Amino acid sequence: MKILFFGSLREQLGTGELELPLPDGVNNIGDLLTELKQRDAQWQQSLGTGTLLCAVNQVMAGEAAAINDGDEVALFPPVTGG
Amino acid sequence: MISISVQIEDFDVGREYRQLQAGNTEVGGIAVFTGLVRDLADNPLAAMQLEHYPGMTEASLQQTAAQATARWPLIDIRIVHRIGKLTPGEQIVFVGVSSAHRAAAFGACEFIMDVLKTSAPFWKKELHRDGRGHWVEAKDSDQQRAERWNNED
Repeated sequence: MKILFFGSLREQLGTGELELPLPDGVNNIGDLLTELKQRDAQWQQSLGTGTLLCAVNQVMAGEAAAINDGDEVALFPPVTGG
Repeated sequence: MISISVQIEDFDVGREYRQLQAGNTEVGGIAVFTGLVRDLADNPLAAMQLEHYPGMTEASLQQTAAQATARWPLIDIRIVHRIGKLTPGEQIVFVGVSSAHRAAAFGACEFIMDVLKTSAPFWKKELHRDGRGHWVEAKDSDQQRAERWNNED
C-alpha cells in the first residue's frame, strides 16, 4: 500500500510517501495509525494530535474506514487553501 | 459547464471573466472572486508556499462545483487555484460563476469559496523574511462559514 503525508505532517515526519505491504492485523485506518505511531517518538507525537484528516483512495475517510493492500491512504492536517 | 485548474502559473481575471460569458446571451450575471496573498504587518512575508494533493484536490473542487450546480441554476463555473511559492499581492484563487440571474451567481460564488477553504486539500506555509516558516492553521471562522450552508436553503 501507499501512504501519503502532506503539509506540516510531511515536514514533521521527514517523508511525503511510504510504500509498504499492509501490516499484519491492520484492517482499518485506526489500526494503521496505531502501527505507524510505533515507529518512534516523532511519529507517535505527530500522528497523535487528534486533528489529522484521512483519505482512502482520494476520498475522505474516518478511522473506521477499511483498508486493503493496494490502497492509497493519505494523512494530513486540516486544509488551508483559498 | 464546470472547469477546474490547479496550476503554478498566474491567471488573467479579464480572460477568465470573458470566457464565462463567451458570447452566451443567456448569461444575465457573472460573479467573480479573486483571493490574494495578504502580507502580515507584524511579521512580514517573503512568500506563501502552497501545496496540494494531486488528483484529490481537483476531484474535491469538481465535487464542490457540482454541489453548487445542484443548488442554484448556473450556466458555467470556473475555478483556478495556484500552487507553489507566491509573494504578497499575488493572486491565489479565482472563482467565477455565470447564471441567468444575480442571486444564483452571488450565492454559488460564495458557497464555492466557503467550501473550498475547508475541504479542498491545499496547505499553506508562510515563509517569513526572518527566515522562519510557519504552517497556516485552519480557522474556526472558516469552518463556521462553511457549515452555515448546511442550514440554509
